[in-house]
Amino acid sequence: MEDMYTEKVKEHFFHPRNVGEIKDADGFGKVGNPTCGDVMAIYIKVKDDKIIDIKFKTFGCTAAIATSSILTEMVKGKTLDEALKVTRDDVANELGGLPAIKMHCSNLAADALREAIKDFRNKQKK
Amino acid sequence: MRKVYMDYAATTPVDDEVLEEMRPFFQKYYGNASSIHSFGREAFDAIENARTQVGSLLFSDAEEVIFTSGGTESDNLAIKGITYLNKNKRNSKGYNIITSEIEHPAVLEACKHLEKQGFKIKFLPVDNYGLIKPSDLEDAISKDTFLVTIMFGNNEIGTIEPMKEIGEITKKHDIIFHTDAVQAVGKLDIDVKKLNIDLLSISSHKIYGPKGVGALYIKKGVKLEPLAHGGGHEKGFRSSTLNTPGIVGLGKACELGKKRMNKDIVYIKNLRDTLIKNVLKIEESYLNGHPEKRLVNNGHFRFTAIEGESLNLMLDEKGIAAATGSACSSKKLQASHVLLAIGLEPAEAHGSIRLSLGRTSSKEDVEYVSDVLPKIVQNLRNMSPLWNR
Repeated sequence: MEDMYTEKVKEHFFHPRNVGEIKDADGFGKVGNPTCGDVMAIYIKVKDDKIIDIKFKTFGCTAAIATSSILTEMVKGKTLDEALKVTRDDVANELGGLPAIKMHCSNLAADALREAIKDFRNKQKK
Repeated sequence: MRKVYMDYAATTPVDDEVLEEMRPFFQKYYGNASSIHSFGREAFDAIENARTQVGSLLFSDAEEVIFTSGGTESDNLAIKGITYLNKNKRNSKGYNIITSEIEHPAVLEACKHLEKQGFKIKFLPVDNYGLIKPSDLEDAISKDTFLVTIMFGNNEIGTIEPMKEIGEITKKHDIIFHTDAVQAVGKLDIDVKKLNIDLLSISSHKIYGPKGVGALYIKKGVKLEPLAHGGGHEKGFRSSTLNTPGIVGLGKACELGKKRMNKDIVYIKNLRDTLIKNVLKIEESYLNGHPEKRLVNNGHFRFTAIEGESLNLMLDEKGIAAATGSACSSKKLQASHVLLAIGLEPAEAHGSIRLSLGRTSSKEDVEYVSDVLPKIVQNLRNMSPLWNR
């Protein structure tokens, strides 16, 4: 079981970065469904169109937690447009790959981030 | 780091005495039990001794025991073996086979395979504890029913099914009764005669014997269509050169199982009950399965707002071996059929783990898990968007 995850996946799983919530977040995104076993929530703080802070909370398997953790590292400091370009595959590649069966269900972090950015931009419009 | 094995329901270590008993049968007494010469006779005698040992544990005659490659083969041979003798009942109106929703995949998948071939199967539902209702069984029986296969003790949640009642019903209706007793053997008294059991599957590696060997109890007079054709070994029920060391190991494991059963039960149940008491101190933790009608070594828990694979991997990092019913750890990405059958929501099923104990478990093992588990649950809950405390 454990061997199907790369060292990097395990490293992020056991020592996740940026866990938590941002109380006064500028954007919030949540995707997934407890039925499937994965729910990811992403909080972002934005300044000058850049992600200056990001936190996550994830209910899910090892892959779900590791992808959430590494995504926060990948996009922190990036502009929103740059962050939007990060795909699920990018996240998986950054982790040195994910087991094939985990690619769809547990690799939702990029989707959650997109929701958070959408939320931020919607708020800006108002 | 401390290593704690709490997955005895998955497999057990081979007992020293079992290993010693097996050892000479690899190089010293290596004859083929079917051979007429002295080498063959040595193997033959050892196998017949093992047959007596297995029979003794089940309160059956030695000649009612045949050896197989394990629990899965025993289940398949029993179920398909009976079914293929009843091909004329295919496409009937009533149910041909009655089983339960919470069977081990070896039974469930064998039944589903037969369903595709035109046999009608009833999968009995279970209550929130995992118990079938004998009256449901009675209601499902028709003149077309030729087999009831219901497990003795559940491999995930440990629930013990009402064997006595089932046996009375099948006897009354003159229907063959098979039970997968892989998890139950050695953990409680099983008297196949008193329980009216016609076919019973056992596996060696769950009772401190070697892997790759099992047995099927076949009540005298019960006929089966063999699955493996060949040299006609095991009265024609199962052709294949007999696995002498494995069978000798299974026999010894059964002998020890019988000899130590009462002591094992008291010792393991005591540890298990302490474990349950300690684990349930964790906020929003629950015991899956029946509080009393459960295998003495089984603890099965669920924790709100966390997922079992994560929990399992974190336990593993602390040296603790557990099992999970979470979809995320299964190859099919589906929540455990057993946990869904007892009425859990998929999210609840995902957050479940099994901690199973054995003869070689210790008080220190239980203390270590009781200390580590709450911290890991808390750690994962701190990360979970579903936990808002």
